[in-house]
Amino acid sequence: MAPANQRLEVTLETQLESVDRAENIVMHVAEAAGFGEDDVHKLGMSVREAVINAYNYGNAQDPQKKIHLVVEFEPERMIVHIVDEGHGFELSDVPDPLAEENLLRTSGRGIFLMRAFMDELAVRRGPGGGADLVMTKKLPHRVGDNGQR
Amino acid sequence: MAVVDFSGKITLGEGSATLRKLVRELVENGRRKILLNLADVDYIDSSGIGELVGAYTTVRSASGELKLVHLTKRVRDIIQITRLFTVFDVQPDEASAVRSFQ
Repeated sequence: MAPANQRLEVTLETQLESVDRAENIVMHVAEAAGFGEDDVHKLGMSVREAVINAYNYGNAQDPQKKIHLVVEFEPERMIVHIVDEGHGFELSDVPDPLAEENLLRTSGRGIFLMRAFMDELAVRRGPGGGADLVMTKKLPHRVGDNGQR
Repeated sequence: MAVVDFSGKITLGEGSATLRKLVRELVENGRRKILLNLADVDYIDSSGIGELVGAYTTVRSASGELKLVHLTKRVRDIIQITRLFTVFDVQPDEASAVRSFQ
């Protein structure tokens, strides 16, 4: 199990390759933290969607801007931040992709998938004014640890 | 009926552009009944889902039909939670798909 208060920070370029890179990093960290295959996939995919969001919308594909990936551990949960250098956004402004009129849209499902796959999702204002997408997932209990960590 | 066997990932920058191109070419060549076999697609992200929807609307706007067959669990789950089961006609196998195309 990952020790509490461990922190990993990676600065990614605003480029397509960063999407796979961030996903792979988080999947490895999640695996090391004891998550099962299904949760590792969900964590990886949520980070993938968040970085796509930062690449396309937050940083508007501007190669001068960076995407920051931060992974933190608390005793009971893993927290992932994807911070961009855009202008930020509100979750309440994101259209519901399940609404009848949005079902045939070819984009706009990323935030929804992050919400479905993570325990909590919030958008804060990052230090540079961009979006800080904060995703949280409860750490798995290992067999035999009786919930103690 | 044109059957397209797709494999690998349908994600941003990977399989999604190929899927779009393939379906568009089929429609341009006059194909109107297209079955996408996704048996070997083990990963799809929101961009890939967008491409599936785009392929569906491309075929529909040419008065054709696009159906899906052999979904893996991960693809099925994503299509289910995004409510796209109400949009896509998912067939259990090729034989059923042949019968279902008008």
